[in-house]
Amino acid sequence: MKVHSWGLLSNEEHQIELTDSNFKHSNAIGIPMGLGRSYGDAALNPGGAIWLTSALNHFIAFDEERGEFECEAGVSLREIQALIIPRGWNLPVTPGTQFVTVGGAIANDIHGKSHHTYGTFGDQVISLTLRRTDGSEMLCSPEQNSELFAATIGGIGLTGLITKARFALVRCTSPWIEMESSPFNNLSEFFELSKSSAIGWESSVAWIDCVGTKAGRGIFMRGNPAAKAESKKVKERQLGLPFTPPISLVNKATLRALNTGYFHLNKAKAGHSTVHYQSYFYPLDAISNWNRIYGPKGFYQYQSVIPHDRAESATQEMMATIASSGEGSFLAVLKVFGEKTPRGLLSFPMPGVTLALDFPNRGASTLELFAKLDEIVIRSGGRLYLAKDARMSRPMFETTYPNVSEFKKYRDPGISSAMSRRLLGA
Amino acid sequence: MKNIAIIGATSGIAQACARIWAAEADIRLILIGRSQERLTQVSNDLKVRSPKAVIESYEVNFTDPRAVAACVTYVTGTYGLDIALFAAGVMPTQELLSTSPALAAETIALNSISPTLFAEPILQFFTNQNHGTMALIGSVAGDRGRKANYLYGASKAFIATYAAGLQHRFAKTPIRIVLIKPGPTATAMTAELQADGIRMAKPEKVAQDIILGISKGDAVIYTPRIWGLIMAIVRKVPAPIFNRLNF
Repeated sequence: MKVHSWGLLSNEEHQIELTDSNFKHSNAIGIPMGLGRSYGDAALNPGGAIWLTSALNHFIAFDEERGEFECEAGVSLREIQALIIPRGWNLPVTPGTQFVTVGGAIANDIHGKSHHTYGTFGDQVISLTLRRTDGSEMLCSPEQNSELFAATIGGIGLTGLITKARFALVRCTSPWIEMESSPFNNLSEFFELSKSSAIGWESSVAWIDCVGTKAGRGIFMRGNPAAKAESKKVKERQLGLPFTPPISLVNKATLRALNTGYFHLNKAKAGHSTVHYQSYFYPLDAISNWNRIYGPKGFYQYQSVIPHDRAESATQEMMATIASSGEGSFLAVLKVFGEKTPRGLLSFPMPGVTLALDFPNRGASTLELFAKLDEIVIRSGGRLYLAKDARMSRPMFETTYPNVSEFKKYRDPGISSAMSRRLLGA
Repeated sequence: MKNIAIIGATSGIAQACARIWAAEADIRLILIGRSQERLTQVSNDLKVRSPKAVIESYEVNFTDPRAVAACVTYVTGTYGLDIALFAAGVMPTQELLSTSPALAAETIALNSISPTLFAEPILQFFTNQNHGTMALIGSVAGDRGRKANYLYGASKAFIATYAAGLQHRFAKTPIRIVLIKPGPTATAMTAELQADGIRMAKPEKVAQDIILGISKGDAVIYTPRIWGLIMAIVRKVPAPIFNRLNF
């Protein structure tokens, strides 16, 4: 059947197989897929097999004394949070959506607004079970099969099928977040705010306007778990796009208005507030198919990280390049990562600043912009996030990910994806 | 405490039902399945979801009449029983069933014969205590034979006729017989159909309908409900037309 990833850039024929904890699969070369939230081709394998993990949906253990959770890899973070938050625990690290599986969170070594406090999802993993296509099963942890463990965290599914994992939780007193939102006028102010939030704020993120003359302004948001339970009622809201609009709703005509509108709306709301964790951490989850707003041609997400020493100048240069390109991004997100070096050989984060931008796919002109941005990223010692990538070149990957040749030793020869063929040659 | 036996407890629909029941107060779930390993997997999952739930499990060969009788004796004697849901079943492709008589025999043994092995002694127990609900999972595929899955369909039609007979037999008693006819549901059993991109109901939705229907003692539950209407039409299509359709 035809399968697309979150970016909707392609829709090609795949052989779909539902796998289980015994890693039942055909002889076809395949790639595991969880909830399909990778933007590019990390979980695509046109002409080959996709192993869906939806049947790996069992919880295994919840140690409420130590704060440890164990489950199968197809369980979503949403299901886990729905269970553990009312019982006083939370996941320390989640991405901008709850609709990812545990397997996907490990394989992409996802990060979130709490990176400066807790690191990546992989940093929380105590152990994981890996099934290889040769039929073997391996328990991997920092102590046991530690090299395979490091290759699997952030290994975009190429080392085997993660069937289950055990990971650490953090205490949580309520589902509410005490948040503070501050408008800023330029990048220097953003970096000041980030610095002052590194300690004392569990999570932080900024939205930044990268269109027109006011580019560089934005809204800085930081939050801490609320100390006690609020009695406010939460409205369960789930909107959706019933169909894909014929053209991207984010386009030249709407972009400036969207960005200006978003800035002023949030500027007006600036200050302290208490918000539910779902609307604070996962605002886009309220719209089930928000990726469709970019129309039938889909969209790219470009997420880079730039090390500290070049962070401000390179970000400035990238913003200027975007502004002069005529391509624009509505959802531009900026965050300063913590100092923790991630465990995975192919993990994305490094100490520095990460910028994530969404661009409607306008073909050659969009790709030309990316080539210019790539040049800045490479020159500044940064790299791109594989979970979002659909088009990085192999030389860029090899230059910016220093552990590639070490990683290759741990690949499962029965596994391949469109991304692995593009970036690793097989 | 209400005792609920889920027979074929590791099936997708059964697990979805168990997750709902386990969250209710004062319930003991008795999970009956063919593999202790898989029963433990399901049981651990339920205990994480609902730490207060009381979960037992029992491994048995579903097509061995003596083993099933011993299982029912043990369960009714040890815990008592108020509701039994038979949810086991297999659905090999018709192509495989047509070419492998052994597989066809196994399919009928599990889908058609096994429910009677469980139901008769359970109903004997219900008769003695003068209450109880026996729920059986049939299928919309049992409503009319189709070339794509007629042996599976026939094995489920057996359940429908069997359930109708039981409803007749227990009509004047407090004992309820519930026949459930799910449409295609996204579980392991339909993996190949899902892989072809056929739309499926979510097991959670089907489970809600089943649990509601069991609590009301409905005679027949189509789930999702739209299938009641669809099958009413499908049953009435004249054979000369039906046989020319390709589905």
